[in-house]
Amino acid sequence: MALNTEFNFSEQPDQLYNDLIALHEGLDEAQSAALNARLILLLMNQIGDAQTIRAAFAAARQPS
Amino acid sequence: MAPYDYAPIEYVTPPELSGGTPKEAPVLIVGAGPIGLAAAVDLALSGVATVLVDDNNVVSVGSRAICWAKRSLEILDRLGVADRMLAKGVTWKLGRIYRRAREIYQFDLLPEEGHKFPAFINLQQYYMEQYLIERCRDFPGLIDLRFKNRLVGLSQDETGVTAELETEDGRYQLKAAYLLACDGARSLIRQQLGLEFGGTVFEERFLIADVVMDADFPSERWFWFNPDFHPGQSALLHKQPDNIYRIDLQLGPDADAEAERQPEKVIPRIEKIVGERPFKLDWVSVYSFQCRRLEKFVHDRVIFAGDSAHIVSPFGARGGNGGLHDVDNLCWKLAAIVKQEAGPDLLASYDEERIHGADENIRNSSWSTRFMSPEPGAETWFRDATLDLAERFGFARRLVNPGRLSVPCSLSDSALNSADQSGLATPMVPGSPCADAPIASPQGAEGWLLNQLGGRFVLLSLGQAWPGALPAGVEPLLIGEGGWQDTGGFVAARYGNGHYLIRPDQHIAARWQEADADALRAALQKAGIRQTEMV
Ligand SMILES: Cc1cc2nc3c(=O)[nH]c(=O)nc-3n(C[C@H](O)[C@H](O)[C@H](O)COP(=O)(O)OP(=O)(O)OC[C@H]3O[C@@H](n4cnc5c(N)ncnc54)[C@H](O)[C@@H]3O)c2cc1C
Repeated sequence: MALNTEFNFSEQPDQLYNDLIALHEGLDEAQSAALNARLILLLMNQIGDAQTIRAAFAAARQPS
Repeated sequence: MAPYDYAPIEYVTPPELSGGTPKEAPVLIVGAGPIGLAAAVDLALSGVATVLVDDNNVVSVGSRAICWAKRSLEILDRLGVADRMLAKGVTWKLGRIYRRAREIYQFDLLPEEGHKFPAFINLQQYYMEQYLIERCRDFPGLIDLRFKNRLVGLSQDETGVTAELETEDGRYQLKAAYLLACDGARSLIRQQLGLEFGGTVFEERFLIADVVMDADFPSERWFWFNPDFHPGQSALLHKQPDNIYRIDLQLGPDADAEAERQPEKVIPRIEKIVGERPFKLDWVSVYSFQCRRLEKFVHDRVIFAGDSAHIVSPFGARGGNGGLHDVDNLCWKLAAIVKQEAGPDLLASYDEERIHGADENIRNSSWSTRFMSPEPGAETWFRDATLDLAERFGFARRLVNPGRLSVPCSLSDSALNSADQSGLATPMVPGSPCADAPIASPQGAEGWLLNQLGGRFVLLSLGQAWPGALPAGVEPLLIGEGGWQDTGGFVAARYGNGHYLIRPDQHIAARWQEADADALRAALQKAGIRQTEMV
């Protein structure tokens, strides 16, 4: 599966984006890093397809 | 139970130094560790004579390797020592993984029926070496065991290798067509040939202690991340015969190896694990480990096998087990070459197939090591996140890596394989090691499929016999009407039907739905065996 780089949320973007920010509220950097790691692992498993995940790795590795 | 008796093995002045006839063996094996000993037996079973030299005269001091995997036991069964190992060893298949005091996950290594050997046994390396030495003595005309004979130099030309050997009676030279370098991780032969041993060195230090105690811990592998008795590190407990328990404690990269090995440091650490029970220390060692391999294992007439060729971290038990795969893969080829049934280029396939296997082992043991001792930063975040999630979610348990235990290596990309012509979906594709299954002889005697395979090429026919004669060097085995019986239906389930060509190392070289004499000859040729009358 190719990496979908078009907008793909099931609802308008701002609420979900804001939920992600809110998720980190009150956490210090180490706690945030731990949360992010858990989140990435959960999402990776949800996607499942190794090719898509690797494409996301490559895309994410490029800062801009 | 008395501790193991390290009886020294007698040194005998070699004939070269006592006025006897100098020995001319086709193969000289250097190193009587598990790998050199297994190779001597395997070659003897093919009728090839060897001289086996070792600089020492006792078996491995300390238990070292304890976990022997199913495929290794199948190889060792072909060599004739697996029954003894199984009888003495501790059979286990269940692993439990704890985080602090909580069990987060368990794995069952062999949930499948219909195999002669269990997933794993634990048996100290000294027993295994002892059994192999005794097995070597069954071949007095073929295996010339020479302890306290140290290789100090060697040279080679197109006809063979000349080794310089040192004994208490002086030095002598020995010529052989091939030399097997089974001289272990610090291989002198590797150094003498100036070969690079590239790879990764891990900084992490581990304490390994064999403890004798009366305890009724079950026969399981217990692994802890961050246990309360050893905070911030990992720990491993394994049961061995004779009431010996293997305890492995991660110490971190900065531990002082010399200080950590002292009983006054070790005993309190053990007490925290085993509680009030009285115990004795049998063997203690502090080590760090490396994953390295030679770029090539075959250097003209010098062939490396075992730790001299590749080393891995012990998590996953892939060192000794991997070395036994080398022996299994190499010896039939070398025997065929020595007996001129195959050309010397067959050795290239040993390099190809076993480098593939060594890389698989190195990859797996490196991954385990990193999981157990992650670098600070992202590596630690993800490791800890995996453990956090594993307590709650099944998927994350699959990511927890406390050592991926040795499994048979598939050679499905090997140049010795012929294309699959079976049309079958069963997993026994060319390159796979044969799966075992219970069978009964035409007379009704119960046995195992693997005991009928190996040591020579076998044409396994399922259901219907191969019509017509077989080429020289191939023996038929029929399972079905008029032949052996598939007593539990396991052969049919694992193999299906049709015909399989099986290598002496019990790997599948080819399979067909329909018998075809030309295809069989071509497959043998592809597997390296000379065919005189190719059509
Ligand atoms: C703590 C620990 C735990 C381990 N656990 C496991 C495990 O559970 N499962 C597993 O599969 N593996 C395990 N291993 C790895 C296993 O012990 C090795 O892979 C195995 O011993 C390799 O066998 P070898 O015959 O290649 O080498 P070795 O056992 O090292 O034998 C080499 C032999 O060559 C001899 N020699 C060396 N130089 C010369 C010379 N110049 N002339 C003559 N003789 C010479 C030596 O005396 C020695 O007898 C473990 C290792 C360690 C250290």
